[in-house]
Amino acid sequence: MVNKPLTKNIDMSRPPLDIAAFEAADGYQSVKAIAAGLSPADVLQLVKDSGLKGRGGAGFPTGLKWSFVPQGDNAPKQKYFVVNADEMEPGTFKDRLLMEGDPHLLLEGMIVGSYTIQASVAYIFLRGEYKASENALKQAISEAYEKGYLGKNILGTGFNLDIILHTSAGRYICGEETALLNALEGKRANPRAKPPFPQVSGLWGKPTIVNNVETVCNLPGILTYGVDWYHGLTKGNDHGTKLFGISGRVKTPGCWELPLGITIREIIEEYGGGMRDGYELRAFLPGGGSTDFMLPEHLDLPFDYDEVAKVGSRLATGTMILLDDKTCPVGMIGNLMKFFAHESCGFCTPCRDGLPWVDEIFNEFESGRGTEKDLQILHEHVDYLGPGRTFCALAPGATAPLGSGLKIFAEDFERHIKEQRCPYKH
Amino acid sequence: MAKIVIDGIEYEVNPDNNLLQECLSQGLDLPYFCWHPCMGSVGACRQCAVKQYRDADDENGMLVMACMTPATDGSIISIADPQAKDMRERVIESLMISHPHDCPVCEEGGECHLQDMTLMSGHNYRRYDKKKVTHRNQYLGPFINHEMNRCITCYRCVRFYDDYAGGTDLAAQASHHHTYFGRHEEGVLESEFSGNLVEVCPTGVFTDKAFSEHYTRKWDLQTAPSVCTGCAVGCNTTPGERYGSLRRIVNRYNSEINGYFICDRGRFGFDYVNSEERIKIPLVKNGAEMEVVPAGELQPTIESFSGPGVIGIASPRASNESNFALRCLVGDENFYSGISDDEFESTQLILSLAKDTAFHSPSVREIEQADAVIVLGEDLTNVAPRIALALRQSVRNKAIELAKDCNIPTWQDAAVRELAQHDRSPLAILSSYATRLDDVASDTVIDGLEALAKIGSAIAAQISDKAPPANSAEESVGRIAEQLLNAKRPLVIAGSSSGSIALIQAAANIARALNEKRSSAIDLCLVVPEVNTVGMSMLVNANKTLGSALAKLQSGEVSKLIVLENDLYRRAAHKVVDAALDKADAVMVVDHMPTATTAKASCLLPSTTFSEHEATYVNYEGRAQLSFQVHRNHASAIPAWRWLSDQQHGDVDALINRCAEEAANFDKLDDLLPDLNQFVAGMKIPRQSHRYSGRTAMKANLNVHEPKQPVDDQSVMSFSMEGLPLSSDSPIVGSAWAPAWNSNQSISKFQEEINGDLKQGHTGELLIERNETGSYQELASNTGSANGGLQVAIAYQIFGSDELSAKSSTIQQRMTDAYVAISPADADALGLKQGDNVSLDGNGNIAVACIRSKIKQGTAALYCGDNEVDRYALGASVSLGKAADANLVRGIKGLIVSDLYEEGY
Repeated sequence: MVNKPLTKNIDMSRPPLDIAAFEAADGYQSVKAIAAGLSPADVLQLVKDSGLKGRGGAGFPTGLKWSFVPQGDNAPKQKYFVVNADEMEPGTFKDRLLMEGDPHLLLEGMIVGSYTIQASVAYIFLRGEYKASENALKQAISEAYEKGYLGKNILGTGFNLDIILHTSAGRYICGEETALLNALEGKRANPRAKPPFPQVSGLWGKPTIVNNVETVCNLPGILTYGVDWYHGLTKGNDHGTKLFGISGRVKTPGCWELPLGITIREIIEEYGGGMRDGYELRAFLPGGGSTDFMLPEHLDLPFDYDEVAKVGSRLATGTMILLDDKTCPVGMIGNLMKFFAHESCGFCTPCRDGLPWVDEIFNEFESGRGTEKDLQILHEHVDYLGPGRTFCALAPGATAPLGSGLKIFAEDFERHIKEQRCPYKH
Repeated sequence: MAKIVIDGIEYEVNPDNNLLQECLSQGLDLPYFCWHPCMGSVGACRQCAVKQYRDADDENGMLVMACMTPATDGSIISIADPQAKDMRERVIESLMISHPHDCPVCEEGGECHLQDMTLMSGHNYRRYDKKKVTHRNQYLGPFINHEMNRCITCYRCVRFYDDYAGGTDLAAQASHHHTYFGRHEEGVLESEFSGNLVEVCPTGVFTDKAFSEHYTRKWDLQTAPSVCTGCAVGCNTTPGERYGSLRRIVNRYNSEINGYFICDRGRFGFDYVNSEERIKIPLVKNGAEMEVVPAGELQPTIESFSGPGVIGIASPRASNESNFALRCLVGDENFYSGISDDEFESTQLILSLAKDTAFHSPSVREIEQADAVIVLGEDLTNVAPRIALALRQSVRNKAIELAKDCNIPTWQDAAVRELAQHDRSPLAILSSYATRLDDVASDTVIDGLEALAKIGSAIAAQISDKAPPANSAEESVGRIAEQLLNAKRPLVIAGSSSGSIALIQAAANIARALNEKRSSAIDLCLVVPEVNTVGMSMLVNANKTLGSALAKLQSGEVSKLIVLENDLYRRAAHKVVDAALDKADAVMVVDHMPTATTAKASCLLPSTTFSEHEATYVNYEGRAQLSFQVHRNHASAIPAWRWLSDQQHGDVDALINRCAEEAANFDKLDDLLPDLNQFVAGMKIPRQSHRYSGRTAMKANLNVHEPKQPVDDQSVMSFSMEGLPLSSDSPIVGSAWAPAWNSNQSISKFQEEINGDLKQGHTGELLIERNETGSYQELASNTGSANGGLQVAIAYQIFGSDELSAKSSTIQQRMTDAYVAISPADADALGLKQGDNVSLDGNGNIAVACIRSKIKQGTAALYCGDNEVDRYALGASVSLGKAADANLVRGIKGLIVSDLYEEGY
């Protein structure tokens, strides 16, 4: 039985499967299942039953999200399905693997998603730097049109779908779904207020679903192999497999598809090969740059949404960044702050003007000029940039490593002030 | 109504609004930046944080932005909550990180919303000790200064300029704390409403450039409530004066008319008042020379202009009082129209339609409520700019309707715009050439005037079969008819500027057809060009045309003429005016600026300008408004009515009362006068602010003693700081100012509720009663003869077409030369290139060729510049030819139209 539905076709030593080979490997079976009589409501129920949660970071149940799209005669006829492929979270390179390695899987998932919400146009909003993904997707899209999986009256279902690949001009904020929609419309990539949610008023003001690449890639398997199979993939409370990645000083950094609920220790030791010789694990960000630090004491936790949340962090993208004992945690957080400050869209005050201040303070620490007053201001910004105070989740995301780091590495901050230098520099 | 609790006190609020708006409506102080009363909320600045509690048992609550939270029934919030206060203080601290703190040299200082909000939030100590971000500033044209370093990134400028006013050349650029608001490159801001940036910007990024050149603080300005004289809309303004010169004009809120915004003609078109060219002293002709006459010896000359044989010519730019005084002096029978005969005929038709019960003349606010509009032949952006801005809002009614269907609150501005995108309420524009509203129009029909009138008739016939039968091949006829018929509040706009009476008749027929189908009065907005065209026309008998006056002079039937504030050369063919004036024995001209007509005067009397006297004007709706005197004239100019009046020392109130009694349809005019019972102990309203400075020093070079303040025994206002202190229920408010609110945002303290009427109440008086029933009209046919040339349509420019503002040095920087707009095909046929000098009918009139891609072939749209073209010497058609180099200096490079033909230019 298939146990790695997302990556089973991926072999980075060769080009991705073409459509014939993909079909031979159970590809487009879900579209055929739809052609055989699955209604949009049936698919929605399957996805709800599967328990699939969004893999982009927030972990919101996918079926539930879809169910908010207004349907029926009074609802706007035009709807859109948008794939968020603007992968820019620090330390995250999982969607890239999927798109470069098996682009047809994404297209198949998009057909399923679009069919369910009855969207006749779907967009892939792709990070501009992902040139290899762009080429692979272009090739796959043209093959899919040729084979009749895209275009008018797909496999005789009467359902039409066009997929448009849009390469982004760049910016982290475009990963925020509403900023993505503005960018896709050719507007300034500022986030929009929610409510109204994109399901009601999204792209061009029409009902829109925005899903992450990995989320969408889960869909074909659920239809092809069934909900029970999907539930059987996991080791924990959440369903399905997940791409987990490690960057940092392990022996074999990388990205692997593993069951949700596997312990963090297993990922680091078995797949990452453990820490490199001479380095010890000090702490880690479990799911990219905007998650709270976790500690070695958490290594035996099952890696899923709820368990990680219990210790005050988030699974988010599931791609870990490891901090070792030879690297300055203040420098690491400062590096993240520089990123977030630079990537603020400039719309709301706390994020736009607060993050650069935080960044400036980290520069002072780095160069040995940090003061107690600076430290105090950093602490204040953890609250000031928190949820509810800013317009979107960018700044609260930045406070995750900042807030947890200030607590965990308090001693390191103090040493920077007392010694007027970075103690990790020799 | 909903009940909400704010800091333990229950308030009745409107649940359709957000919490910020309702807090402000209740008179509470809550700081904000990005929210604007008529642009709604976007949630950018995070300044209006309050604590909201789930229920009475919730002790923790959570921070919310008041502007983004609906005022739902049962809401419990706290403004005073320490966490909310701390958040508001932190936000100010953030905004101030890179702010230059240059208040002492900043034009905004003293009326700066950022200063006010900083104080209100409590932030007072700078902790940020890193490097500030700095920006480069741009040249934005003659109206606006740009100082980006002061920016707090509230996004109000682009929300007004782009979203509200339809501009395309100002944008938010770059991101994070480098976000920049400017043009893609330096250059003149194209929008006709750019001046509002000065008031929309909460700090000193966009400031009034003309004001900067003779700057003074708000508190040192002498102000009074005034009415703009730039066009017939009658926007309310607050002019400010210091040291005898008029310094600036800002918007004055009137809920029915201009609301929060005025156009750039109104804001920047005043400085002729300070001109050195002003007529300063009375002059009387002695032989060939004009001579100064000692004050005591003028009376006999003036008195010689009375009795039989004297006629008076009225003025559309003079007040009701001056026109009425002239009428009293010469008598009804000798009182003639001061506008061209064609325009007078159109205006008479407009006045008769104003009495028709089938129609309603909509205010600007009502125009904004229209959900289907047809404009026949009027280039509103250039003729009645504030109405054009209102139409930009009316097309958004579709968006508001969609938002309601999706349960999106209408104050959530960005969400409403994103939902509706380009889905707009219908706006059909029938014009001879592209207009500046085409970008929001659902249909634009470009054709000759006669053809447009026929299309209008066909629309009327489509709506009702009782309308005169008419057919048109134009494909949009059925669609436009249906849109008007299906609208909740359809609106038909036409006017006298197009020069086609048939278009007004067609408009009236459309509105009448709609009235028949809907049996409610239909909004019929008929626009006239000048501030008091309507008032003047109401005072002149219908047969008293300017042409007949000039004919009488030329025939010698009458020999003496009084011209009131009017340049007759703008109203009739120059030859005809010359002949009449040369024949007259004596010509008295009362005016404040020299014109071709004042050059012909045998007696020239200096009059005061709009800001130097109290006066009433009647706008396009028939709404009379009172404009107060702001400052004194230091030369010997007096109000024109005073020169013409037999009671030279009477006051204007007495004249207004007499006009109300004697002039037909003016009976409500005296309702405009302030109710003296409102004045405590006879105290007057001070024109100077409570902080007016330097009174003891202003004239210290002349006299070390403080001069006595001049006494104004003519008005309820005084030329001093003393009098009734300004409060929210003061009977008259010149400059809005409230405790802790020094900027124009303080207007909220004077409103009954946000966006409501002022507590002072007065929005003007609608003079004309509707008590007649009319009928469909047969369209007037074109009387002009076709001589093989191009059909003439008259074009207007916001900067240049209005006589007085065109004398303002600020406006002059934006003016073009007279031009004649033609299609590329006609240009080809005539061998004309963009910018060529063109002679009109070969009679010495020169204009610049302006080749436009959206103009009816066979039409020549003639813009006369500042009366540089003798337009009444031309017929209904004109032949064009390339002219040798002429003495034109401005060219048409500054012309802002969407369809300038680029090729070969």
